[in-house]
Amino acid sequence: MADNVLVMAETWRGGISDATFELLALGRELADGFGGKLEVFLAGDGVSGLVGELGAADSVYLAEAPALAEPEAGGRSRLVAEVIETSGPRCVLVALTNVSWDLAGLLPARIGAPLVNFCRNVAVAGDEIEATCVLYGGKMEATVKVSAAPVVFGVLPGARSADAGRSAGSPEVKDLAVDGAQAAVAFLRYVEPEAGDVDITQQDTLVSVGRGLQGAANVDLAEELAGLLGGAVCGSRPAIDQGWLPLSRQVGKSGVTVKPRLYFALGISGAPEHLEGMRDSELIIAINTDPDAPIFNAAHFGSTEDLLEVVPALIERAAEVKGG
Amino acid sequence: MKILVLLKMVPDIVEELEVAADGRSLDLDFLRLIVNESDDHALEEALILKERHGGTVTAVALEAPDVDDVLFTALAKGADRAVKIEGGGDNLSTRRAAGVLAGTLPGAGDLLPADLILTGCQAIDDLDGFLAPALAQALGLPYVGLVGRVAPQDGKALVAKEFAGGVLGEYEVSLPAVIGVQGAEKPPRYVPVAKVRAAMKSAEIETVAAAPGPEVPSFDIEEMLKPQPADRAEMIEGDPEAVAARICEILSERGLL
Repeated sequence: MADNVLVMAETWRGGISDATFELLALGRELADGFGGKLEVFLAGDGVSGLVGELGAADSVYLAEAPALAEPEAGGRSRLVAEVIETSGPRCVLVALTNVSWDLAGLLPARIGAPLVNFCRNVAVAGDEIEATCVLYGGKMEATVKVSAAPVVFGVLPGARSADAGRSAGSPEVKDLAVDGAQAAVAFLRYVEPEAGDVDITQQDTLVSVGRGLQGAANVDLAEELAGLLGGAVCGSRPAIDQGWLPLSRQVGKSGVTVKPRLYFALGISGAPEHLEGMRDSELIIAINTDPDAPIFNAAHFGSTEDLLEVVPALIERAAEVKGG
Repeated sequence: MKILVLLKMVPDIVEELEVAADGRSLDLDFLRLIVNESDDHALEEALILKERHGGTVTAVALEAPDVDDVLFTALAKGADRAVKIEGGGDNLSTRRAAGVLAGTLPGAGDLLPADLILTGCQAIDDLDGFLAPALAQALGLPYVGLVGRVAPQDGKALVAKEFAGGVLGEYEVSLPAVIGVQGAEKPPRYVPVAKVRAAMKSAEIETVAAAPGPEVPSFDIEEMLKPQPADRAEMIEGDPEAVAARICEILSERGLL
């Protein structure tokens, strides 16, 4: 049993997330590499009907209880620890999404296992497992080899395609007993964001701004460019945290995922949390004075000139082209 | 309300990062260290809570280059005490740092019990773990991460956790608890250098000797390098005018202008 791979499935608001299917695709590779089975831990309330979507797996540990209806890591980590105790997997895969983030941190601490974090790839390497980890905001990558078992991998969104892990089937279901222990952390409710004036997921062109924009006053410049190109302005987390743009314009981990025809990244470094929200844009043009900014690893075209000089020049030329 | 805020130093990634001669770590010689961004948000949230509900805020950090500046800045911003833990070791991994904190905090004067332990929800060098959940587990306290707002209420706290699309999940947490803060309600406050200098003259950083914590699992980095993507961006050369001209061409070719 020791060469099995255990995937932490995540459900949110009624469905299984893409991140789960990405982990299933990766987990299948690892399980096949070790000649083991691919197992899934699925917790929730009334989620047994979702098991059929997990056809990529050989078996599913199913925990159902009202207290498990929403993401909460304390209760889940206790249950997973029991599963790991009895099944002894070689490794555990957890997605680094907002839904599973807390579990990625808590589970390895609870079971005393190593966590290999920020993985963009995990592969079998002989008797060991090799992971490539994205560090320092995407500016460095570390290669790590682990032989300890079990080991938990925190996997970045996008490590595999979700479609590669999506298949219908009827994996064996193993029901877990859930005790009614009083939880120290209890979910109360969701608070929906205020609707924005613009839905940035529906735009063909997005002019996205980050810390490098240097100040709220320069948002006007981005607005002018977006206006000329028939698009809207959005931003990375620092631009929203600084109050330059409303939350409804945030792209990335706690914001939205966008796939416009054109994505201008102005003064955005390109941390993994941002890239996951925009990397599938058709055309990405990045302007950042730091030649090592990770955004250039995702962009199609780039410039290290000062955006406060490039953008006015671009506005002028674009206006001429449109006018002419 | 007694609040501990854990602050950690990380490399300033605005600067150029280089791999050290061993090929498996960051060259720290010329690096500037700054406070971890989400830790700064944790401090801001703690100061907001103090302003709103009273109580004390104690900033705690492990010994590191330039950490005194960060602790004095915390005092200048409104923290009541600043504590530096000495002798825990250099360049600790996140799990080891959590171990040192778990070993040291319970015996360090009156730091514990605290109602809330706030720290950032992640750091750019969290290769082997996240601090908040690792510490919560070691201290046997509840934990919630990716939190943007904390409101104490009758021995509990309501915390708002961030989900995708700007959705917040409200959770009720028994206190004491460890909270991983993603972003405070407001951007971290600015404090003038003169005020930090004044804090350096009038206030003191307390020091505490590190006590060993629980053993933590570890692994080695085989290799560290700058990412080498196969399809990196085509860089547009020339002055801003030339760059703007080329971008216009690219857009026109694709019917985007």
